[in-house]
Amino acid sequence: MFGEKVQRVEDQRFLRGQGRYADDVLVGQRVLHAAVLRSPHAHARIVDIDVSGVLDVEGVHLVWTYDDLAAQTTAPAMGEPLPLLIPHPALTHGRTQYALAKDEVNHVGEAIAFVVADDRYLAEDAVGRIRVAYDVLPPVVGIAAARAAEHLTHDDVPGNVAARMEQENGDARAAIASAPHTLSLDLTIERSASMPMEGRGTVARWDPDTGRLTVWTSTQTSTGVRAAVAAKLGMDLAQVDVITPDVGGGFGVKINHPWPEELLVPLAARTIGGIVKFTEDRREHFISSAHERGQVHHVEVGFDDEGRVLGLDVQFWHDNGAYTPYGLIVPIITSTQLLGPYKPGAYRVVFESLYTNTVMVTPYRGAGRPQGCYVMERTMDAIAAALGRDRTEVRSANFIQPDEFPYDQGLIFQDGRELEYDSGDYPASLEKLKALVGWDEFPAFREEMAREGRRVGIGLACYVEGTGVGPYEGAHVHIETSGKVKVAIGLTTQGQGHATAFAQIVADALGVPFDRIEVVSGDTRRMPYAVGTFASRAAVMSGSAVHLAALRAREKVLRIAAEALEAAEDDLEIVDGVVSVKGTPEHTASIDLGTVAVLSNPLRYAFDEASKAATQFSVGDPGKPPVAEGDEPGLEGKDFYSPERSTFANGMHAVIVETDPDTAEITILKYAVVHDCGRLINPMIVEGQIHGGVAQGVGGALYERMAYDESGQLVNASYMDFLMPYVTEVPRRIDIDHLETPSPLNPLGIKGAGEAGVIPSAAVFASAIEDAEGIVITAMPISPSELFELRQAHPSVESVETKEPS
Amino acid sequence: MTEELHDVRLIVNGMTYPLRVPARRLLSDALRHDLGLTGTHVGCEHGVCGACTVLVDGRPMRSCLMFAVSAVDSEITTVEGLTERDGSAEGRLGPVQQAFLECHGLQCGFCTPGFLTTITAGLRHNPDPTEDEAREMIAGNLCRCTGYTNIVRSVLRAAEIASEQ
Repeated sequence: MFGEKVQRVEDQRFLRGQGRYADDVLVGQRVLHAAVLRSPHAHARIVDIDVSGVLDVEGVHLVWTYDDLAAQTTAPAMGEPLPLLIPHPALTHGRTQYALAKDEVNHVGEAIAFVVADDRYLAEDAVGRIRVAYDVLPPVVGIAAARAAEHLTHDDVPGNVAARMEQENGDARAAIASAPHTLSLDLTIERSASMPMEGRGTVARWDPDTGRLTVWTSTQTSTGVRAAVAAKLGMDLAQVDVITPDVGGGFGVKINHPWPEELLVPLAARTIGGIVKFTEDRREHFISSAHERGQVHHVEVGFDDEGRVLGLDVQFWHDNGAYTPYGLIVPIITSTQLLGPYKPGAYRVVFESLYTNTVMVTPYRGAGRPQGCYVMERTMDAIAAALGRDRTEVRSANFIQPDEFPYDQGLIFQDGRELEYDSGDYPASLEKLKALVGWDEFPAFREEMAREGRRVGIGLACYVEGTGVGPYEGAHVHIETSGKVKVAIGLTTQGQGHATAFAQIVADALGVPFDRIEVVSGDTRRMPYAVGTFASRAAVMSGSAVHLAALRAREKVLRIAAEALEAAEDDLEIVDGVVSVKGTPEHTASIDLGTVAVLSNPLRYAFDEASKAATQFSVGDPGKPPVAEGDEPGLEGKDFYSPERSTFANGMHAVIVETDPDTAEITILKYAVVHDCGRLINPMIVEGQIHGGVAQGVGGALYERMAYDESGQLVNASYMDFLMPYVTEVPRRIDIDHLETPSPLNPLGIKGAGEAGVIPSAAVFASAIEDAEGIVITAMPISPSELFELRQAHPSVESVETKEPS
Repeated sequence: MTEELHDVRLIVNGMTYPLRVPARRLLSDALRHDLGLTGTHVGCEHGVCGACTVLVDGRPMRSCLMFAVSAVDSEITTVEGLTERDGSAEGRLGPVQQAFLECHGLQCGFCTPGFLTTITAGLRHNPDPTEDEAREMIAGNLCRCTGYTNIVRSVLRAAEIASEQ
């Protein structure tokens, strides 16, 4: 079934309104609800918090501030800052928040107090009664203010610099100095955010009879949350189960953990001895979850007459917001994945990760790659413009060639391994893209449109995406005596169709009908060792693990069946859940998987038909123990997949836009995608991921930004004002072509696909708008008003209709 | 401080539910937390995303912008009420649900109930939409996963399925 457009098995539940998202869990039971008091100031010292009167509100059970956390004798770690998940030697000044603010707040929305009441309405009433006295401090808002460092976000972080990191391959500055041509560019890209339709949500139930805690949380890593809850609440790992229910979108923001509420809710459940729930509302999501993307870049590049990059020197400033719980992952990815499919003669990159009094920055779909792609592709376009060459020619001149793989970029990637690309065929991808978008026909189209007084432009952008980062992922396959196959994977799912795609893999590996396979994800009771869903890693990591685990189960099936059928294992095949001797007539010498499952267990209570059927087979030597040495009862397979390094997917997008000569409105006329993520498990799902990525990319390129004012207030913290695309903003259709260059790094030859669609968006729209307008685009996103202002500032290029097609 | 409670009856998916709620209780919260009909999802609580859309006397309404007490005497249809009786316990998917299944019109499924109710009402109004009309029909609902391409296809496919039935 690998490669087939199989309809999704999870959809029945979702379409009938029977999904179970965090806020749906335990509805109908006595659930208490939490609400959080959040800072109204971007930067302030907390002078006093008065919670008197809060507990007088009927139905209020608990109110906590930092002092209450610090006084938790059974959970002393609650008084410590939240963990810094991914330390790095360059992160010399890492800072994380407390679950509830201690002494100061560093962004609007930071959690200060936590209330639990009978329902959310009462909890918010109670929050309204808390009085906080603040000593307001000057905030640091934006990269320019952070660099100027007139004020500090954290008193003990000089210059607001959390980290400075440099990598170099060759001598980039010398290469630029001796290059025939040089250019410098200054580029900016603004903040956006994941914005899943479901915000964060956590439910915890303390069971006083067993002394166990069960936590349901809308996360991208159940195992990570489990470890965090156990450590912070002073519990053994064995006392804590974390179950990821259905998740209403993640896009990165839910990989960061633990969020304050992921600790406060379980602690409150344990304290009260019942069930407590927190469901984030939309405004809270804007001001207390994470953002991404904000960076400023300065590029120096030296190149030859063909546009080949001889030396590239990039310096950039990354706005990490108030805290750095996720380390330097985003800027490290920007700094390395910036290179895309190209091989500059020498490359140097230096970045500073800077604190500001704004919401913290953790990965959002693409995770630093959209910025890197934007910078590299703007540079390619600038080189083409400087040389008067076609933009595709300049890219071709810089491509890594198919015979150069594996290709080592000479840098260290986000996972601490060498940035070594495994496979790809960039020239072939570019040819496909040119055909798909009509690159060579565009000049004629432009002239035709110009005759109608219409202004159009074409742009393209290429990227490479490291996917399937380690360290590992596992799977467990259990064949029940009914013949049904239960599969558990450890990472979580947020709409990617894992229950379908991984069942396809199992169906192939095990020879079982697809509808007998059930895949469960993100439940630490089923898979206690797992990493999480990020970095387009689920298909590569869990898909490979599922394949390996299913093969293990198959080995055992064949071993037991061979003995039962008195045949050699090599002579057996499994078709439709039945093991039989190859080449024999149907129904002779065969045994179904359910019966094999019975045979795998020497305890033979005849509960069901399969058990009765098994009595005709005799397995085992009466002179030996019923379970042979090295064997186990039951028909299971478990395995882990742990690759040496990431696998590198790639793709190219092209867009044709029309810009209104009067209003500067930007309309998408054509959008084309060429995508290479290795072998496709389910093309329908992959195309769905691309559609969604492109739409998010359109949002990031043309509409979405986090509008902070100078006092650090996020003035567009609602869906009214933060302009996420509706259907009216996305391309009417997206033309997609696939190239399938298998990855040599995993047994199925797959690469990740989840983030790809969003990576080249800022780059491709900047390229097309620049082409339409003849005005250099250096800041994204770009709104019609901004384009209009750019026109005012560049009156000389107003009559672009006469511009030569590039 | 005790809130005044109101006795109301809500008619949801053909069933009548007696309920005691404060005046400020949102219809979305009453459906989800009091009646246990958790298929209706709340995405923004300010009426923009459309995830909480239910049909009130056949018209799509944002249940996060309505009080439960103001829905009294109305016939409410939630996503749970879109399946059709076919003798089985779970019922058969309605045309819009079936179209979403066939066209991969959903990913995480969170916004889906709001699209399903909106499109159900839309197709009653316009059973044979053009592609432009299909886009217009869903232009008030947000989805962060699908990029809408397959939702537009689902609208057109749902119209086909409905006309075949």
